[in-house]
Formats: sequence, C-alpha cells, structure tokens
Amino acid sequence: MTERSKQDNMRLGTVIFGSLMHGVQVKLDPGRSVEEIAVGRYVAIKGEKKRFFGMITDVSLEAVDPRAMVMPPDISDPFIAKVVSGTTTYGKISVLPMLTISGDAATMLEGPQPAKTVPAHFSEVQLASQRDVELVFGPEDRQRFYIGTPLDMETKVCINMEELVKRSNGVFGKSGTGKTFLTRLLLVGMLQKSGAVSLIFDMHNEYGWEGKSEKGHRVKGLKQLFPGKVAVFCLDEAYARRRNVNVDHMVKIGYDEIEPEDIALLRQTFNFTDASIQAIYGLARRFGDKKWFESTLSLGEEESKKVQKEMEIHDSTWRNLRRSLMNLQRFPFLMSHAPDDAVKNMLGYLERGINVVLEFGSYDDISAYILVANLLSRRIYTQYREKVDVSDAKGNKEPVPMVITIEEAHKFLNPEVASQTIFGKIAREMRKYNVTMLVIDQRPSGIDEEVMSQLGTKITCLLDNERDVDAVLTGVAGKSELKSVLSRLESKQQALIFGHALPMPVVVKVREYGTPESYKELGPLAGDTKAKTDKLDDLWG
Amino acid sequence: MDLGQKIAEVVETTNAEFLAQCYELDGTPALGSMVRAKGKDCEIYGIVCASATHSVEPGRRIMARGQGAQSETDVFKANPQLAKLLCSDFRALVVGHGRGRSMYQYLPPSPASIYAFVYTCKSEEVRDFTKSLNFLSLLIDTRLPVATDEVIAAFLRLASQTQQEPLDFLVKAGKDLAWLLSNDIRRLDSILKRLRQ
Repeated sequence: MTERSKQDNMRLGTVIFGSLMHGVQVKLDPGRSVEEIAVGRYVAIKGEKKRFFGMITDVSLEAVDPRAMVMPPDISDPFIAKVVSGTTTYGKISVLPMLTISGDAATMLEGPQPAKTVPAHFSEVQLASQRDVELVFGPEDRQRFYIGTPLDMETKVCINMEELVKRSNGVFGKSGTGKTFLTRLLLVGMLQKSGAVSLIFDMHNEYGWEGKSEKGHRVKGLKQLFPGKVAVFCLDEAYARRRNVNVDHMVKIGYDEIEPEDIALLRQTFNFTDASIQAIYGLARRFGDKKWFESTLSLGEEESKKVQKEMEIHDSTWRNLRRSLMNLQRFPFLMSHAPDDAVKNMLGYLERGINVVLEFGSYDDISAYILVANLLSRRIYTQYREKVDVSDAKGNKEPVPMVITIEEAHKFLNPEVASQTIFGKIAREMRKYNVTMLVIDQRPSGIDEEVMSQLGTKITCLLDNERDVDAVLTGVAGKSELKSVLSRLESKQQALIFGHALPMPVVVKVREYGTPESYKELGPLAGDTKAKTDKLDDLWG
Repeated sequence: MDLGQKIAEVVETTNAEFLAQCYELDGTPALGSMVRAKGKDCEIYGIVCASATHSVEPGRRIMARGQGAQSETDVFKANPQLAKLLCSDFRALVVGHGRGRSMYQYLPPSPASIYAFVYTCKSEEVRDFTKSLNFLSLLIDTRLPVATDEVIAAFLRLASQTQQEPLDFLVKAGKDLAWLLSNDIRRLDSILKRLRQ
C-alpha cells in the first residue's frame, strides 16, 4: 500500500463544530461507515498549527434535512443509496481532544501537552497511527510497563509505574470483568518497574502463590513468577498445607494487638450502633488498650452484669458486642499472645525490597479481612512513618516506597469509616510518608468521595451501575463523554485507564496473563540467558 | 453522439442562454447535450434545454398535409417548399466557457455572438468540462420551458457516456445534487431516479 493510500485509509472525516468542554463533532467522510467506528478509539486531528489527539466518545446518525428521516430516499436502489450516503444522511462522531503536539519547545522537552483549545473548523480527522500512540504513551522501558493495546491496534500502551506508585490508585469493575487479572499485571509491573514494594492483603488467595481463572485453569501467582522477590505470609496453616503453598511465614495475631479502632471498623459487618462503639472505647479505657479484648471475653456472668451496669451499656448492645467479639475469637489466627511479631517480620521483608503477600486461606470472611488488614497496615504504617521522620531528620535515604493493596475497598473506605481507618488516612496523606494504596473494588460508589478524589490513576473495567460510573469519573475532564466509553467496555479484558500515570485516558485490551507465553514475557527471565529460559520451560512443562 | 459538428447558428443571445437556428429541419441536438458557440474571446458552452420546429413566419400556422401520403417523407417530397417555410431551433442554457485550454464552469463575461456557429461538443470536450460540476447550481435554479429536472437528468446521462467510469461520474454528480437539494429530498429522489440508464 502506498503512503498516500494508507493515509486515505486512515482518514475519517472533518471537524464541523464543537467545544473544548464537550468535544468536537466530526462529520464522517461518505465512504466511512459508522459501523466501523468504536467508542474509545483514538484519533489524530490535523489542526492548522497543532496536531490533536483525542478519543471517540460517541457515534451518531445525522440527516441534512429531517424530512429525509420521515420520507427516506429509495435506498433499495444501490445507486441512490450510494449517493445519499454521506450527503443527505451522514455519520457523525464526537471526539474529545485530549492532547496537543506542536513543534514548540514545551512539546520537544515534555512530550504531548494537555489540549487547551480545539482544532479549527474542517480540520482533517484520522484514526491515530501506531506511531501516534507510541509518541503519546512512550515505549516500554525501565519505568514503563506494557499493560495492553488500544482498541483495534497492536501498539503497546505503557504505564509509567514510577509515576503510578507516587499516588494511591484504584482498580474498579463489576464482578467477573477481569479485575483480578488486571491487578496481577499491575502488581507484576510495580514489582518490576516502580521501585516500590507491595504489601498485598490477598483475601481470596489470588496473587501470592497461585490463583484460578474463571474457567478453572490454574494461574501463577507472584511468588511463582518471582520467587526471590516475593514473600508469602498466610493466616491459615491448614490451607497452606492442603494447597502446598510455599509459605514464608504464618501470621498469628495476639488479642493484645487489637485496638478499639480495629473493632470500630467492623461497625457495618457486625451491625454496631453508636452506643456499641462508645462501649468498646469505654472497655478499652477500663481494662487498658492491650487487655480489653481478652478481658471483655473472659468476664463471667456476674462480672459481666457488673461491668454493664457500671458502664451503663444497654442490654442488647452489650449482648451484640460480646457475641461479635466471640465471633472474632473463633479465628484460629487470633490468640492471647502471638509467638512472633508478624509486623516486624513483614517490615523486615519490605525493607529489603521484598514484596509481601498475605494470604487469608480459608478465612475469606470479611470481618477477618477488615480486622487483619487494618490492624497490620496501621502498625506498619506507623513504623514506616517513624522511619521517614527519622530519615528526614538525619538526612538519610528514605525507606523504599510502599504500596498497600486492599480488596473490597468500600468496606474500609466508605464515608462512615474512611475517616477512622488507616487506609482513609493513607489515601488522604498520599505519598508524604512513602506509602500509597492500590484499592480494588466492585462498588466504587461505596467509597468516600474524598478518598476517590485523591486516587491518582483509576483503572476501570466495565461498570454498569450509574452511581458507580459517576463515582469513578468524579472530577474528570470530559466526564459525560468518558461515561459512554466506560459503560460500553466489553465485559472481559477491556479497561479504561485514566489519571496521573498516563498522559490521556485510554481504553485498552488488557495483555494476556496466564499462558506460558505471557509468563515468559512477564517473568524475571525475559531476555535472560537461554539456560535459564530452558529451566523455566521445564517448570511450565 | 455527433462529434463536433456544425449544426446551427445563434439567432438570439443573452448572458444566460442563446437560441440557435438549425441548418437542417429537425436537426436539433438531443435534450441535455452540450453545444459550443463562439463568444467574445472565448468559447461558450451551453446545454440544450428546449428544441422546437415551427413556421418561419410567426403568424403562419402549419397545416397538415399528409392525408393522401404513404409516409411522412412523401409529404416533404410533394411539398419541397416546406423546407424553406419551416425551421428548427433550440435553446441552450449557458453553463460555462473556455479560453485556450482552460474551462470555467460559470457564465462568460459576454454572451455568445449573434450568428456565431454552433457546434456539438466532442466527447473529450464534455469530459474536460465535466471535471467540475459547479455549474449544476446554475441549472438547478433556472426556470426552463422544459422541466429543469428532466434537462439535468438528460445532461448527466449523456455526459456519463463520455466518461471512463460512467457510474462513478453519476454518483459524484448525484452527491453534488444531494448537497444542492439538501432541503428538497423529493426533488433529489426524482432526479436520481431519472439518472438510471
């Protein structure tokens, strides 16, 4: 194909009107069918002085004369159909211009700039070429991780992982849309290219050792891919033995480690009222921060009544509180005093740059997850913060940045508890203390608005609940346009990514994870010596 | 199609059209065909939009003469004076002009010269002239003795036969008409239906 015919092939139409706020409207050329256009695709617009990059956000059918729609021409005649297509009736697409490239110094130095104007009338609009996309997202390199390809293109879309981990990020999408696979990829990317360590609270045992795809295939976890860079902690010894998981540490938590805040967080799960929460804090004051949990549970009937009376706790509140605490006591990983300090162990790994995955085994109960994730994170965060303060004071090197990954984020970050949990604090304080979060959730509307607004990069698979879509897109330029893109994502392997780590929003077909080829591409041995690759081949069989 | 044949002479002329009297009785060119006549410093192109055969004297009616004749030719054989008493003429709507090798699809600065010879256009000339169809707007907006849409359709049908890709030409012309008639879909539809060969 000649250069000229290639260009003709890419041409879509011309800009006819529009605004920066709502995007420009492009009339499709007569030869272009609306059926070959998809929302989310990239286009390049040749303005008079600049080139613009934008995303298709809507497609519509138009007629020059409304009467043509009521009394359509006789299109059963192919000749007439050919004539009226693109003239009397035509296709129109909405394009949201997002970046500009001009020959000025700023572009030369910093790459594409955010679009602050729109292309002139009748500017030519083309499908973005592979080169355009490379120019915008940059090549895969030491910082940039290949996450997927744009729709209908082969070019790699790369995320700058160093930029990504500087802020808290979110992965959203309704159940079964590929959040877990996407998160695995992101974790691999962070492990390889961000320079940060991850602490992953792995509720469903999907990231650490081995997971399962929806079809039931086994999928390798981080530890299997990067044995030297990942440590697996587990709460459930029996589970680890049963599944033959290569666990580095078993985690036990002492009652003395449980603070009233940890229980207060379980407010929704246990149906606690304000009075229950007050009672918990009262008990902590009465028995002491370290002993309150155990003491409350060991109260005999007489003592129990006495305490209840003295503290003026309503009978039903007291019964609910005790029942809830007993429910927690059932978990075998909780004991009156833990033999070793799980937090210290975890910190030891994290400081050495080794990523930590905490598998919950068969305790995938939400109360266990909330309790443990909050409890450990709080203590780790406190120690991290102290280290940062010390290193600031002494001018030493700061500790390695850390990313805490939590699932079911709305349980920790809903408006009622976000202000109390450590996660709410991390999300708000951001990277001041070198700790950020990766939140994974299927109901982003349940997450506190303030927290959502602080998320740097949002990666979202299909969402079809109006409130969830609104929550994810709050504060984003071109929100209503992106909304139509988001709600039309395919239910598998497609995601809309936007925010801090990318120059512009992008819909990607997420790269493969779970096949031997994908492991080869992702694994630490990619591009390494042949001997090592052969060894890996043996491993995969 | 007749190739560049001298067929008539301009007997009435304005900027927008000219009337040409044919040298031969019934020798008018086809409706919608292109003709050329000399103007001041240029060749003027017109599209035949109406033809007529009538008595030379305006007040004199033509009488039927063939009651006893076997064929129409016999009427002329029996009345040789008829060729001198009757004449054929046609009106051509001016659609553009040419100067040297350049063609301009708009009205010339001055009308065709009176008594200028009128020629049928050769296929190459039609092809050259119809590289641009800007003159269609002239046709669309003109009131003619014959239905304008018929003239447009006849012209495009004939012009398409001079093209290497007749259908592509018709589609291109159809699209130009669609723009011009964007507020009159029914008229567009009726012209397009007349374009089918």
